[in-house]
Amino acid sequence: MTEPVLSVRDLRVWYGTDRGPVRAVDGVSFDVRPGETLGLVGESGCGKSTLGRGVLGLTPPAAATDGEVVLRSPGGAGRNLVGLPARELQKLRGPDLGLIFQEPMTRLNPLMRISQHFEEALRAHHKGLPKKEIRARALEALRGMGIPESRYTSYPHEFSGGMRQRIMIALALVLRPAFIVADEPTTALDVLVEAQIIKILADLRKNFDTSLVLITHNLGIVAEACDRVAVMYAGHIVEQGDAREVFANPQHPYTRELLRSTISLATTGLHFIPGSPPDLVEPPRGCRFHPRCPVAMRGCAEIEPPEVLLPTGVTSACWQQALPADPSLVEEFGPDGREPLHAVEEISVADEA
Amino acid sequence: MSNTSKQSGSLRRYILTRIALAVPMVLILLILVFVMMRVAPGDPISSSQGGKLNATELAARRHAAGFDAPLYQQFWDYLKSVVTLNFGTTFSDRRSVRDIIIENGGATLTLTAGALVFAAVIGIPVGLLAGRYRDRPVDVLSRLASTISYASPVFVTAPLLMLAFGTTSGQASPLIQLNVPTQTHILIVDAALDGDWDAVTDILQHLLLPSIALGLLIVGVFIRMIRINLIQSLQGDYIEAARARGVRERHVVARHGFRNALVPVITVLGLQVAMLLGGAVLTEKIFNWPGIGRQLIDYINQRDYVAVQGIVTVFALVVVVISLLIDFVNALIDPRVRY
Amino acid sequence: MATTTLPTGPIEPDATPAAGTAASSRFGGLRRITTAVREAHGVPKFMLWTGAVITALFVITAVFAPLIAPYSFDTYRAGGTNFPKQGSPDGDHWFGTTVQSLDVLSRTIYGARTALEVMVLAVIFSLILGVLLGLVSGYFGGWLDRILVLVMDALFAFPYLLLAIVAGFVFSGVSGGGVVTAALSITVVYIPQYYRVVRASALSAREATFVEAARAMGAKPSVVIRKYLFGNVIQSVPVITTMNAADAIGTLAGLGFLGLGIQPTEAAEWGYDLERAIDDVNAGMWWTTLYPGLAMVIAILGFTLLGEGLNDVLNPTMRRRRLGKVLLPDHTRRRTVTASALPEAPGATEGEAVK
Repeated sequence: MTEPVLSVRDLRVWYGTDRGPVRAVDGVSFDVRPGETLGLVGESGCGKSTLGRGVLGLTPPAAATDGEVVLRSPGGAGRNLVGLPARELQKLRGPDLGLIFQEPMTRLNPLMRISQHFEEALRAHHKGLPKKEIRARALEALRGMGIPESRYTSYPHEFSGGMRQRIMIALALVLRPAFIVADEPTTALDVLVEAQIIKILADLRKNFDTSLVLITHNLGIVAEACDRVAVMYAGHIVEQGDAREVFANPQHPYTRELLRSTISLATTGLHFIPGSPPDLVEPPRGCRFHPRCPVAMRGCAEIEPPEVLLPTGVTSACWQQALPADPSLVEEFGPDGREPLHAVEEISVADEA
Repeated sequence: MSNTSKQSGSLRRYILTRIALAVPMVLILLILVFVMMRVAPGDPISSSQGGKLNATELAARRHAAGFDAPLYQQFWDYLKSVVTLNFGTTFSDRRSVRDIIIENGGATLTLTAGALVFAAVIGIPVGLLAGRYRDRPVDVLSRLASTISYASPVFVTAPLLMLAFGTTSGQASPLIQLNVPTQTHILIVDAALDGDWDAVTDILQHLLLPSIALGLLIVGVFIRMIRINLIQSLQGDYIEAARARGVRERHVVARHGFRNALVPVITVLGLQVAMLLGGAVLTEKIFNWPGIGRQLIDYINQRDYVAVQGIVTVFALVVVVISLLIDFVNALIDPRVRY
Repeated sequence: MATTTLPTGPIEPDATPAAGTAASSRFGGLRRITTAVREAHGVPKFMLWTGAVITALFVITAVFAPLIAPYSFDTYRAGGTNFPKQGSPDGDHWFGTTVQSLDVLSRTIYGARTALEVMVLAVIFSLILGVLLGLVSGYFGGWLDRILVLVMDALFAFPYLLLAIVAGFVFSGVSGGGVVTAALSITVVYIPQYYRVVRASALSAREATFVEAARAMGAKPSVVIRKYLFGNVIQSVPVITTMNAADAIGTLAGLGFLGLGIQPTEAAEWGYDLERAIDDVNAGMWWTTLYPGLAMVIAILGFTLLGEGLNDVLNPTMRRRRLGKVLLPDHTRRRTVTASALPEAPGATEGEAVK
């Protein structure tokens, strides 16, 4: 197996608020190999976007980051991006790390022509690049996205949302980064355009060996476009592994619930996960999913589950897998730890009614 | 390039629409001025000449000036005088209002421009600094300064400036003793055209204090507006996108932040110029500056209705024209406006 | 970025119109203001309270001018002797005397009185007219609305000092140079501001469902306007009123400076005094300018700070929380367990437990 382009280890990104720090990303590890697409899924407010930005070091000033984000440039040694001086990080953004945003409408400066955006991006990393060269490279990137040459000097407002997103992708690609984070790149677009953009992203790894972290809450996109998938809940990655394996055989209850909630032609009734993701200022004790988990046990509310590496290569952070895997943990879990948690609560509610 | 021709086409359409929209505004302004001038009981002749003339003479004068005509007739005459850019003839000294504008307009223009330059030179950098270093000492200080400048009327700052610099109102005014051939009626331009650089320097020196005094009137507004705009534009999505492409922070702030913060300032410049024109009346009086504002005050004191009506009409038209011009400039700079 | 997603503080709790009576919606606006003021902090709080203190001092000075000032505003002799002409500040006349032998200190104090009178009248006049016109325009719409909008836009675009000058010129021909005349001249300038705000609020309120419901229940237009719209509009008015009060002081003085304001025999007025002081400045005398000028600047500053503070507190869109850098506690590394075999039929047994 090739070495990963990006290795994230125990990454934490906490935001400051006046109620206390928000633990948006709280100890996350994953790898992305060359040409691989990792889907990052989960409900809104689970820390997906923060994770994406944390990798690029684009967090607000009051946020704190620790852990490791090791970027290995082809042939070079790995560099930990966490704690890198701002100037160094800025040099890496663009040629090594790309970011594609959720809403393309506001991501281009309305007062600058498309050409000026390209000139700026290219000049930032290739000092003294001749204008002809800039134009050639920009047009090549735009052509790849299906934007005609005649629109090169247009202003952003003259384009539709889908075209703007393609321009944004071209702007990211023109610097030929080995690694791109795409943060819900199709959420703001209609379905047909969504399919186009996903196709473009899927072609990327074929043609350029680009690694991609695709953040989305659309599981269909993950199934279609991703090699591996990481399911995020409340600042943690609760399950990750080969996309087909995870979809066929979901381990973590949250993944199962998430998959049950997707609508497809086979859907007969709508399913949803009751409740909403927890407040990340004071996340629940124990397993963060336990208040919404249909199979939660008493011990789940007390002790954080370990990460279980299963023979399929999938990891899942759930006691359901941890207890059979390592019987020595049973003792720690407590004598009545395996009692179901919600059955008790449901009975008490029923009594009141 | 079919693209550019499409753009200029829409620009032309924008300008035409904007002009068409200005017409009712002008009409309303003219009606306002006319009504205000007729609200007062009695009439211009009696109030300016009353007591000096007997009843028959008064009636004859009123008839000659058309003040016994029905109101719609008077309004029609007024409209005609505006359309022909004649604006009537003063009562007290039988000057054409047009001549007053031509002879004294240049001085007011110079003063207003000087004040605008001062406000921009001070206001833009300070506003940008304050917005960039929000909530830091420079921001708090600039906010304090802009509030104080806002709270200080011209006729307080001007005398204090004069005391501080030891000048007098007579000294501050470049009187007509400068011997420069008249071409444009704008003294400084005439001097420059004549190649008389000593005169230009002299005028600039005289212009300094009045420009500062008048400019202080709007510098606070400038600072505040630019600060807020910069803070907002620095939170813009395209700023984060530029950072994500690895554009240098200095460039991000300058190219995306500053530029986008300054454009909205243009849209409110019209109101600022209007404010300057009002303040110019006071400034001209304090510094004996030979502009239209001074003339207006003189005619007001003589209760010369025709002169006041004419000059006020010109002010109103100038305000409309300036706001038109500013919209055009804005359309040129900001491509979104044209659509 | 982190700040925009936060709950926006004190405004929120009352934002949803309580399912209460008309009275509660009318005082809801006021309650919101007092709550916001009480919870202000930082720079807005400082501005608010500095402004309030200066404003209070100004009002006290104005109201008790006869008690505070050593002489009346037109006194030029005491104890049988005339005051010195253009006397510099000394023990008898702390702020010196003018060319007319008037005591500068007394005139400065009485000037506050005049300013307050004119300011209060002007604000009340324009408030009544502006709010009334705005409500009528916004609520009824139609051609009346269109014409009023045009007129108000024209008035608004006009240089405001020039507008006051013309109004002063016209009104002084009608009613002479008194306090009411000056107040009327200034009123014209502010009507458009109230009109615009009130009209906009009325327009949006007209669309609001609760007004719709009230009309459906057969409430008369006047009742709807009074009971429902008033509560919405009242929040934006304090800021405009305070800023206008600040401005009115300056505009009154501007008129006085140009000789269009209050007649010098009627009251002491800062603008008139400053105009008279220009000659003194040319002669290098500072006290006749400095004291009335300073008094005026401080008074305007007080109202401006009050208004800006109120604005910051009531319209918290620009509010930003100052956040300290987050300190991460020590990392507790996640435990990892390797499973030798897949648990058979994941979730099946536990699923039964739930049932």
